[in-house]
Amino acid sequence: MATQHSQPADRLTMAPPAPEPASQPAAADHQSGTKHARTAARLMMAPAVILLLGWMLVPLTMTLYFSFKKFLPLRGGDLGWVGFDNYVRFVSSSAFWPSVQATLVIVGGVLAITVVLGVLLAILLNQPMWGRGVVRILVIAPFFVMPTVSALVWKNMFMDPVNGLLAHVWRAFGAEPLVWLTEASTQSIILIVSWQWLPFATLILLTAIQSLDSEQLEAAEMDGAPPVKRFAYITLPHLSRAITVVVLIQTIFLLSIFAEIFVTTQGAFGTKTLTYLIFQRVLESQNIGLGSAGGVYAIILANIVAIFLMRIVGKNLDA
Amino acid sequence: MARAITSQRKALNTALAWGVGLLIFFPILWTILTSFKTEAQAISDPPVFLFFDWTLENYSVVQERSDYGRFLWNSIIIAGGSTILGIIIAVPAAWSMAFVPSKRTKDILLWMLSTKMLPAVGVLYPIYLLFIKLGLLDTKIGLVIVLMLINLPIIVWMLYTYFKEIPGEILEAARMDGATLREEVLYILTPMAIPGIASTLLLNVILAWNEAFWTLNLTAATAAPLTAFIASYSSPEGLFYAKLSAASTMAIAPILILGWFSQKQLVSGLTFGAVK
Repeated sequence: MATQHSQPADRLTMAPPAPEPASQPAAADHQSGTKHARTAARLMMAPAVILLLGWMLVPLTMTLYFSFKKFLPLRGGDLGWVGFDNYVRFVSSSAFWPSVQATLVIVGGVLAITVVLGVLLAILLNQPMWGRGVVRILVIAPFFVMPTVSALVWKNMFMDPVNGLLAHVWRAFGAEPLVWLTEASTQSIILIVSWQWLPFATLILLTAIQSLDSEQLEAAEMDGAPPVKRFAYITLPHLSRAITVVVLIQTIFLLSIFAEIFVTTQGAFGTKTLTYLIFQRVLESQNIGLGSAGGVYAIILANIVAIFLMRIVGKNLDA
Repeated sequence: MARAITSQRKALNTALAWGVGLLIFFPILWTILTSFKTEAQAISDPPVFLFFDWTLENYSVVQERSDYGRFLWNSIIIAGGSTILGIIIAVPAAWSMAFVPSKRTKDILLWMLSTKMLPAVGVLYPIYLLFIKLGLLDTKIGLVIVLMLINLPIIVWMLYTYFKEIPGEILEAARMDGATLREEVLYILTPMAIPGIASTLLLNVILAWNEAFWTLNLTAATAAPLTAFIASYSSPEGLFYAKLSAASTMAIAPILILGWFSQKQLVSGLTFGAVK
């Protein structure tokens, strides 16, 4: 017991917490939740909480601070407070609305494609078949490819108008090959990003579909319900929560896609998303005030989506 | 009759699923195949699929010319280091939340999750500035810290879900049987926690390996990992398809293999337990 009492004191020194001593309060009294156990628990949580608090508050405060300043590190530095000027200028700049549009089209397009194909693929993979394990592996693979690789492979080896594989296919059908990244730039980005995220949607929807009670489907089949009705009245309602989770998590990640645009179009040809616009303002034109105001908008936008996701996750935590 | 229909349907399902699976996998397969071609074969018209003179030349050229080993090493240090550091910090936190839950545990978990939603671009300049001030720009340690922080919420969540499944009764039973604290930790808790810690490790190495916002923006020459190595091919060098393919294959192969092992944990890990 002596070692256990010395535990909180050790923690106060903020030494890197080792996993083993950490388990002691659990062993000590996890039921009654004595004062000791609770103090120890709080101290064990402290490093993680303090680090995340710092990670959140410090940069956030700085972004807010810069967003109210005219700040051009390469052209005069800190030029004083400007109130909400940056916020107004960011929204009224000619690049803003196109970037909102590009963001919505890309996020919406990828969501539509991955959810629809993901549901179909999940249903297909749930059917009896030979070698399902291997097919699963093939379908999941793109998720593990780093974004810069998938963007570059698609850009050069598939979408190149001369030597790309898609150009060969187009020519085989006697059509003029497309210059994908200039003529259909937004669609190209949607295609690349959908390819990366389809495995994620499929995998989650497949997990959800596997928990569907097959007796219910069989009963409906016996009663003569056609496949379309069985899908609409049994499968789809069962999947609704998983679909919501897929949409919310993907939205958060898709709002900040970066590498795919960075290595393909660099934001040209109508593919400058909000994220990319802010990146350009901050690092390329070094207009920190303006970029920070944009950053605040991006944070607000992401939080609106996050609130909905947290509600679902929170509900699940109670269950 | 019924059996015949089922096995017919099964054959149809199989054909369809394999077709779709191979179509989705094709870009990766094509990249791997192209990496074994000569540059001339890589752009031949019509394209050659399997019947070409297989060569390993591209791999040695990429390795020599661009110092692949250094980028690989950086990736290993950054992905491995950030994950291990994250786990060291997250294990005690997750453990205490799972075994000594309080009224605020749920709020803390959700708040941690919310920090994950912070868009990176919103804090790009502050982090960039802090990195310059602290001399962390283009250092491995800087990236280890940042990637540890962005993945910490996922690590805590995953560990929390695993730890919660360890029944408290087992610990009590062991104590009743006269197990000392040391024995309890060593022989009961640790073995039960290891699978959970291992899958958390796996998934987070993958996430850190593929992270491509901070690794591109906070590195230049010395600390650049494989994501940046590949991005450097977006210049005209990328037109050498066979070499681009060899470099890409080398960058994704380790994680592709790790990823296939972690597919079961992927769902609960990435949905924060909302889909199991």
